[in-house]
Amino acid sequence: MRIVPFLLSGLCTVGLVIALNTQLPAGGSKTPRLGYFLSPQLGFWQNAEPANTNFSGEIKLANLKGKVDVYMDDRLVPHIYAENDLDAYYVEGFLHAKYRLWQMEFQTYVAGGRLSEIVGEERLPTDRFFRRLGMVYGAEQTMANMEKNPEMKATMEAYSDGVNAYIKSLLPQQIPFEYKLLDYKPEAWSPFKTYLFLMYMSYDLTGKGSTSDLQMTNAKNYFGYEDFNKLFPNVEDSLDPIIPKGTMFVKPAIVPKIPANIDSAYFGKTINSTAMAPVVPDKDNGSNNWAVSGSKTKSGRPILCNDPHLGLNLPSLWYEVQINTPTHNTYGASFPGSPAVIIGFNDSIAWGVTNAGRDVLDFFDMKFKDSTMSEYMYNGVWTKAAHRKEVIKVKGKPDQVEDMAMTVFGPVMYDRAYKNQSSEGKYLAVKWTASTPGNAVETFYRLNRAKNYDDYLKATSLWSCPGQNFVFASKTNDIAIKQQGAFIAKWKRQGDFIMPGTDSSYDWQGIIPTDENPMIKNPARGFVSSANQMAVDTTYPYYLGTANSFPLYRGIIINRKLTEMNGITPEDMQHLQMENYNVFAEMARPVLLWNIDENALNADEKKYIDIVKNWNLKGDYSEKGATVFKCLWDSLEAEVWRDDYQKSKLPMPWPDAPTLLENLLRDSVYAFADNINTPDKKETIKDDAMIAIKKATAHLKELEASHTLEWGKFKDTRVNHLLKIPALSRLHLPIGGGEHMINATKPTHGPSWRMIVHLTDEIEAYVVYPGGQNGNPGSKYYDSFVDSWAAGKYYRVLFVNKAAAAKHEKMKWHITFTNN
Amino acid sequence: MKIITAIVITAFLAYVLGIYSTLPWWSFAISSFVVSVAIHQKPGKSFLAGFLGLFLLWAGLALMKDVANEHVLSTKVAQILPLGGSYIVLILVTGIVGGLVSGLAALAGSYLRKSK
Repeated sequence: MRIVPFLLSGLCTVGLVIALNTQLPAGGSKTPRLGYFLSPQLGFWQNAEPANTNFSGEIKLANLKGKVDVYMDDRLVPHIYAENDLDAYYVEGFLHAKYRLWQMEFQTYVAGGRLSEIVGEERLPTDRFFRRLGMVYGAEQTMANMEKNPEMKATMEAYSDGVNAYIKSLLPQQIPFEYKLLDYKPEAWSPFKTYLFLMYMSYDLTGKGSTSDLQMTNAKNYFGYEDFNKLFPNVEDSLDPIIPKGTMFVKPAIVPKIPANIDSAYFGKTINSTAMAPVVPDKDNGSNNWAVSGSKTKSGRPILCNDPHLGLNLPSLWYEVQINTPTHNTYGASFPGSPAVIIGFNDSIAWGVTNAGRDVLDFFDMKFKDSTMSEYMYNGVWTKAAHRKEVIKVKGKPDQVEDMAMTVFGPVMYDRAYKNQSSEGKYLAVKWTASTPGNAVETFYRLNRAKNYDDYLKATSLWSCPGQNFVFASKTNDIAIKQQGAFIAKWKRQGDFIMPGTDSSYDWQGIIPTDENPMIKNPARGFVSSANQMAVDTTYPYYLGTANSFPLYRGIIINRKLTEMNGITPEDMQHLQMENYNVFAEMARPVLLWNIDENALNADEKKYIDIVKNWNLKGDYSEKGATVFKCLWDSLEAEVWRDDYQKSKLPMPWPDAPTLLENLLRDSVYAFADNINTPDKKETIKDDAMIAIKKATAHLKELEASHTLEWGKFKDTRVNHLLKIPALSRLHLPIGGGEHMINATKPTHGPSWRMIVHLTDEIEAYVVYPGGQNGNPGSKYYDSFVDSWAAGKYYRVLFVNKAAAAKHEKMKWHITFTNN
Repeated sequence: MKIITAIVITAFLAYVLGIYSTLPWWSFAISSFVVSVAIHQKPGKSFLAGFLGLFLLWAGLALMKDVANEHVLSTKVAQILPLGGSYIVLILVTGIVGGLVSGLAALAGSYLRKSK
């Protein structure tokens, strides 16, 4: 009888199949289902794109009105030639999905608080945070608003149909690599997902307050309002604003009324919080943009430049595209997940954006009758609160339901169910312009079609969130910049801390009219620029926010360089975008050296001080001085602040770089220099500097021993895959730059798209981004631009009409889309 | 020569089932079992035929994909799994995983026939 071995081998087979068909835990994450993943006919091998892939084809789809021709150039940039606008967006959606589907969907899972659904309960904190911040709620508000706009509604639907046409055409083995790795499947797209994605951009660019308002409140309570003001000032001496100093502003339409009880109920009141977002937007989410008029260029025509600084990721946030229809011919960077071009140019004009950095997210401290949160005190009466349920699906676990009370301000984000160790039964409602009905991408839709300055002004005036500095240049030699968004008319310090929410006196009192937003056209100096600095000086009638929201030094160096430059060419602009000169170090180095007694240094310390002395102030890849300076200055800051911070049990923000420098430039006897732990001794900044050198030297010797004293090696720039898997990322990139420099390339953050547009009759444009057009890690186009980007090389853009495209030698593939 | 026939048919049926991509990846376990019942061999030989049929099919298909892809993806996956970044090891592992499942199924098939 062979029944026993039969059963045994049968069981072994079944057991092995089950094991290979299960996601097994491995070092904090899970393996793919190995049998499926390795199967050459179903699994990841199917994503190994042949190096000589022919991307041409004839594709028949439903819903197209006419024929669409797409020429793909040798960098895999599609040039879409459509007979009407909706067909163009349909095909843009199709191509976004074809090359970036996993990324587009993943970004909406993050924004919509759905990561637990695909990853598991370890991502529940992120999901709860985004749900409770009102990301889904905000997307619903904007969607409802845009449903009333037939032109935009049709655009969003055409785009969504295009995405879905691709998803429907996918065979199971063709789904992108990451779905197989994490073991889930693409679902249908919808315009709502585009709105969710845009909410994520709003969070990334204006969501800092969701953490910083709470931490600033802690710092204010801990230091007292007076000392707080010294550490977190409202304005900095060296500011060179976007709108040149001395510009006159019109009389404000709104004069916000300061609440009567402000000293006791706001500046003096103690509301502690340890809340921290699981995903904190980078403090330097920023960017550079500028435009020079023909008076400063060699050709006599304007040049516009933009490099938005964001998290550096693979697949990239950006996808390059040309869209050509009878109404417009536009080229630039698009968002996979959204129709139209976001940063770019057309036949007549060019535009770019940087982040405005204004505070548009505030917290209100609510008083509820009881823990059911059914009624809250508002203007002296108990007011009914609506409730909103957010259901979070969790892989392999029961659903998590968030019950949020909705108030006149917005959702109650923090309550008894979602709290932190010291909020002690507080109810904090969040009010955020991103959650109010917006116009989504209509501004970009109109900029894509803008012919002149007036069109630009009309298009940008629709923009609400996230507030941006829109730079503009036209072939007709106009240049302009405008800071646009729904900005709140605030009294000084309004919303920097948690505000009382029991009545309307602390509420926002109005949105600043768009024509009062900072703007300038064709200034005498021949250029406009922005680098996230404060847009205006203190003569502007509205409060902009704490100075630490606005990086100071890039703006100074950009304006200095542009003032000096004449006869400018696009090549000069390429060098300017890659400029690694550190203007902060230029100001701080003398201060550091004044405070050092060189006779008291040992040989090692002296060596490092000499490196700093001889440094050319540039953050080039091989500069050791940049590393030594950074370690010394950081060490000095730590010496000055640490003792003042260490007794606080709550998270507080560290003062921004300019705070110490500007104070030392102003006043060499700096009160914070004293170490409060040594009451019998009064330390001066000189004492702190000497201690700082000793401590930094120990660290610098370690760096030297590990051969990472060169700035580029020390900084170690990388472009991470969205899942932070090293094998899918590009590590140790040979690039300089960093904080305070025009080339703001930090370890995982920096210029995510570099663009230079020369507005000659036939537009001459150069672009590059740290990624590649194909999001598939199995494609050679996955990271094909990364090395050029790191080396500061650009690609000359192909911006041609359809007849020229058909004949152009660099157009390697041709895809036709027709109705079936 | 029975074993060669078994290997070829095992591989062929697994390939055909693999074309139907809505079927689960392990469908070949059933075909390998059936082949082993139909082409009766001793257990050891059955296992070997089942193993080699799938090993050759999977490693072969993976190799073709990998060569065309110039090892772009396999090098990355061989770091994720982790196999030291070696595409050769990854191709072998692919073949062995398919081979083991198929071989065990074939072994069961061989014992089933003997038990009658």
